Amino acid sequence: MENMVNVKINNREYSVPANSTILEAARYAGIDIPTLCYLKDINEIGACRLCLVEVKGARGLCAACVYPVNEGMEIQTNTPAIRKARKTNLELVLSAHKKKCLTCVRSTSCELQKLCLEYGVDEDHFQGNNNEYPIDCSTASVIRDNEKCILCRRCVAACKNMQGIGVIGANDRGFDTHIASAFELKLGQTSCIGCGQCIVACPVGAIYERDDTQKVFDAISDPTKHVAICAAPSIRATLGECFGYEPGTDVEGKMVAALKALGFDGVYDMNLTADLTIMEEATEFLGRFKEGKNLPLITSCSPGWVKYCEHYFPEFTDNISSCKSPQQMFGAMYKTYYAQKVGLDPKDIVFVSAIPCTAKKFEVKRDFQNAAGVPDVDVAITTRELGRMIQQAGIDFKALKDEKFDDPFGIGSGAGVIFGATGGVMEAALRTAAEVIEGKELEKLEFDDVRGTEGIKKAIYKIGDVTVRVAVVSGTANAKKLLTAIKNGEEEYDFIEVMACPGGCVNGGGQPTQPAVVRNNVDLKALRASVLYTADKKMDLRKSHENSAVKMLYDEYFGAPNSHKAHEVLHTKYVKRGL
Amino acid sequence: MKKKMTTVAFNGTAEQLAKLDELIAKHKGEKGALMPILQGAQGIYGYLPIEVQKHIALSMDVPLSEVYGVATFYSQFILNPKGEYAVAVCLGTACYVKGAGLLMDKLESLLGIKNGEISDDRKFSLDATRCIGACGLAPVLTVNEEVYGRLTPDMIKGILDKYNK
Repeated sequence: MENMVNVKINNREYSVPANSTILEAARYAGIDIPTLCYLKDINEIGACRLCLVEVKGARGLCAACVYPVNEGMEIQTNTPAIRKARKTNLELVLSAHKKKCLTCVRSTSCELQKLCLEYGVDEDHFQGNNNEYPIDCSTASVIRDNEKCILCRRCVAACKNMQGIGVIGANDRGFDTHIASAFELKLGQTSCIGCGQCIVACPVGAIYERDDTQKVFDAISDPTKHVAICAAPSIRATLGECFGYEPGTDVEGKMVAALKALGFDGVYDMNLTADLTIMEEATEFLGRFKEGKNLPLITSCSPGWVKYCEHYFPEFTDNISSCKSPQQMFGAMYKTYYAQKVGLDPKDIVFVSAIPCTAKKFEVKRDFQNAAGVPDVDVAITTRELGRMIQQAGIDFKALKDEKFDDPFGIGSGAGVIFGATGGVMEAALRTAAEVIEGKELEKLEFDDVRGTEGIKKAIYKIGDVTVRVAVVSGTANAKKLLTAIKNGEEEYDFIEVMACPGGCVNGGGQPTQPAVVRNNVDLKALRASVLYTADKKMDLRKSHENSAVKMLYDEYFGAPNSHKAHEVLHTKYVKRGL
Repeated sequence: MKKKMTTVAFNGTAEQLAKLDELIAKHKGEKGALMPILQGAQGIYGYLPIEVQKHIALSMDVPLSEVYGVATFYSQFILNPKGEYAVAVCLGTACYVKGAGLLMDKLESLLGIKNGEISDDRKFSLDATRCIGACGLAPVLTVNEEVYGRLTPDMIKGILDKYNK
């Protein structure tokens, strides 16, 4: 039984967990206290002064997000003085905020906008000069508009505390305080990995993804172009959130229907190349394991992680699998094998990916990602951008009837779909590796030790007569912990899955934003991941090596996993970037 | 006030680096070690160039953005080297009403550098200071330890000439 204390909130008595803050206690009592800067476990600094409450006996108003409860505490959350203070604070925040709400990408999903409406603020109550800041659009992934920034520091905390990176911080002081990189370097000049966790942490529209939707619309309207799209595993679990569905709703059928309605010439499932990745990567692993070379093998699906490794742990770049990510494999395969098969010039193909990730926008521009002499993938659009495209095209998403992906690349296994959650790549690889090594069918396909949303998971599996030590990490701060332990010789592994974003792709930086009140109280990572695990469970095809489309690719084009052809098309190289 | 960044090339020596490393080692693992280390580093180098801040960040395993954030928060930390002759104009209230702003304008035009900058030959640097407590002599400027008071803009050239020889 948890330790409880008795408190009075708005004159009513409640028994609440002793270690809670006033904010948590109020939530427990069904009372919402507004916040702007607070993100549970990530940013708890009591800076925005929106969560002010009255505590009997305390001097002045208290910040509920950081104030612990104690026995007999009497709290008021809704008095005229509190409402007035919150309103004034909102008006002060607004006085230094570029109020371009009509055209702001976060309009209607902006936490500041919502609070201003609730509190009926006068948007021009406090007027005066404001500092001017140029928009930083120096990276392929993230754009920062400091004139909209309200200095809540949620992005700073996401970057530093959650991701262990910290390329942004608060510079200068007082009225001149602004969030930027050291020495006012542009983000593109720093070792930013483009994961986009700052975007989904931002309560307003100060940080957003580079919008590439126009490129896609233009391509679709160009009759000389063949435009194909593949949808990443995780976005079927999240796209619905753009249209008012509860987090954790599977919208695969409607998503496919929407993509077809948008006018793509081919609508495909990236689960297929997730399966292809498994064939290549499991083979690569078995090869390295036999030779004892470049172990541990570390997965390469997450471009945020790859860039992180290149910057912060360049000594581990030889450990990263040479496999391209499923996104890049799809484009590479499409512009070589498929173009040849149907007689298309790769130059006339525009290959688009719909992904949960802002780092993928950087990945499409990387070197050694052009198997057909042109970029493997032309445009990568995030779940949010896809949502906007569907809205702009006037497609009534909720009314769509489920449709199926196009042949011949519409087949993906359950192993492919779980790529979208942390541990999924590992589990998919283990399913295949186990059956290849043991030569017989697995009785149980679930590898429970590598499931779940914990940041670091470790397991040892006995496959045939070999023992494989695996680790699964998500969030680059956790990757840093694990790699440091390996570097110091404290821990040893054979195979590691790393995803840059905590929880994996379902919690990617390109996923629909959810306000703090949802993020603080709902486990989005688990909820969204459950969609993928449920989808896997329902499938008959649950192992990558049994995917008939994958078999066709090897029979007709690649020969065998890790063949010369496969290496040419499906594998890549990394660079040591340093800091 | 926003801090100006230097355009002067870094020319730290091996001895300075050894001193800095010793300082970092002394404070390693301490809570709140960044402040004394930055103070000490400024003592060693005279200012806090990017190279020094980077070295501190890497040695202490804290993000450079955090080091820079602290360095720009406290007005005592400076990002620009001082010249051989550091000219500081008091812009405290008394000096200001007595025309210190005009002294600043004159210095900027004669030296060809702005407040917070250093000349290319590193001979002169120019800064505005808060009240230095010599209000009776307002308006006041200092060149290194030398104090000049009751000034008018036309006296500036004569002062600079003394150091320009």
